Amino acid sequence: MLTESDLEALWLTVRLAGIVTLILLVVGTPIAWWLARTQTWWKGPISAVVALPLVLPPSVLGFYLLVAMGPEGAVGQVTEMLGIGLLPFTFWGLVVASVFYSLPFMVQPLQTAFEAVGERPLEVAATLRASPLDAFFTVAVPLAAPGFVTASILTFAHTVGEFGVVLMIGGNIPGVTRVASVQIYDHVEALEYLDAHRLAAVMLIFSFVVLLAVYAWRPNSKKGG
Amino acid sequence: MSGIEAYFTIDWPGFSLDVNLSLPGRGVTALFGHSGSGKTTLLRCIAGLERAPRGRLAVAGDIWQDSHCWLPSHRRPIGYVFQEASLFAHLSVMANLAYGVKRVTGAPRVSLDQAIELLGIDHLLDRKPERLSGGERQRVSIARALAVSPRLLLMDEPLAALDMKRKQEILPYLERLHDELEIPVLYVSHSPDEVARLADHLVVMANGKIVAAGALAETLARLDLPIRLGEDAGAVIDATVAAIDREWHLARVDFSGGALWIRDQGLALGSRARVRILARDVSLAEEPGISSIQNVLRGRVDALGDDGHPGLVLVRVKVGAEILLARLTKRAVAALDIAPGRELWVQVKSVALLE
Repeated sequence: MLTESDLEALWLTVRLAGIVTLILLVVGTPIAWWLARTQTWWKGPISAVVALPLVLPPSVLGFYLLVAMGPEGAVGQVTEMLGIGLLPFTFWGLVVASVFYSLPFMVQPLQTAFEAVGERPLEVAATLRASPLDAFFTVAVPLAAPGFVTASILTFAHTVGEFGVVLMIGGNIPGVTRVASVQIYDHVEALEYLDAHRLAAVMLIFSFVVLLAVYAWRPNSKKGG
Repeated sequence: MSGIEAYFTIDWPGFSLDVNLSLPGRGVTALFGHSGSGKTTLLRCIAGLERAPRGRLAVAGDIWQDSHCWLPSHRRPIGYVFQEASLFAHLSVMANLAYGVKRVTGAPRVSLDQAIELLGIDHLLDRKPERLSGGERQRVSIARALAVSPRLLLMDEPLAALDMKRKQEILPYLERLHDELEIPVLYVSHSPDEVARLADHLVVMANGKIVAAGALAETLARLDLPIRLGEDAGAVIDATVAAIDREWHLARVDFSGGALWIRDQGLALGSRARVRILARDVSLAEEPGISSIQNVLRGRVDALGDDGHPGLVLVRVKVGAEILLARLTKRAVAALDIAPGRELWVQVKSVALLE
């Protein structure tokens, strides 16, 4: 069976991924909305920045975040000034890093969903007396619902799967930053292959189920039109 | 002041709009022109869906746009029907209808029930839009626009996306709107038939400019219009059903210039009938003579104009208070010595009933 520290690592992983998904729903939605509708030349650079975590080695992203959140970094100085202290090697440091790391997995599906909704339903809503904010929540969000589901599942799953960024920012503190992927690494380092197998199997099954959910959902999203 | 005063200029790359219009505050005004003529853009400017950099718009005395203010669409008391029905796919028909009603403030002038009844959609209310036919969808979208009690109804080619059969299905409902509601309508169309059938006023647009504007019959009878309603010039006359001949299945409609016999299509005595007479179906004669043509009226030549081909002439003939157009060859004009002021017999080969 899974050891207590395995379960602790799994629970920490789920908490981290859940919080990151919620934060990204709030942060990623306006970014995706803006990217889906803007016509300024800014769209290109911002899209590139959002997509960076897809191609950057996690250690590179982790390194820059570590520097930024450290005592000499801009973010670090702000958090110290606010009395929060330094974020690296804390759970919330991990959350902040994961938000950056998983950003494209929230923004890109949402952007695609908003683009598919198009301008017309919002124009219709406007001619039916709905303010832009009203129309966003009562028309754009419901019509983009399949995109929200896909984006949330992908963000959650991707955060569960992160490793490099965690090591750079969070280290390996039991109950604080030791997530499942790091725990497996520890097991292997310690030559506890049986323990590694068990936890790895949990991750494998989880990932498969998540992807199955995403692909099973997709055909549904087509019906709306 | 109850009308619509609109002035817009737009200068986009590849497209410009420059209009200064005064439209009546009642009846159906058709904005007619080819695609790219700017008619949809003009409608969108009036709706606030497009913002002309320079413009002024006053509707029934209220300023919707001038150099100081610009009212966003959701604060304009309009109803808008798009070319595609554009129903909200995530809502039922009833919820689509209720969407606008819930957000309207003030006393409704068109009730939801009235809109549902007018468009004949009460049996569709529980359905999702995906389970409606194209014609049903467009009827729901018209009802949805009406249910917000608009002070101005804007329709952007509401029938253009439908096939002939669906068009025929919806046109009677549009005529009911026209007859039963007091809401002024701006109707964008490139279909001569729809315009002839529905409009009271006509605005013809080309290349972002107004080419002609005025009452339908007068505007259609102008000889200098570069755009005619389709390939065929013609006149539209509002007449009254005065007699029904059961034996020959004919109906007689009277107007100021006389009477016309048309096929009896179940018209009620005394009802209004709009007929269209194409220029190619009208010939002029010195003597009425014996002919298969049954509709012969007395008219006076009013003016002559070119008709796009060097061999053809378009002749305006005044019949009573109405104007008919006749397409003749130049040779016929010369042979009969047709000139303004000349009294002649006007032979009408075909009369189309429009409503």
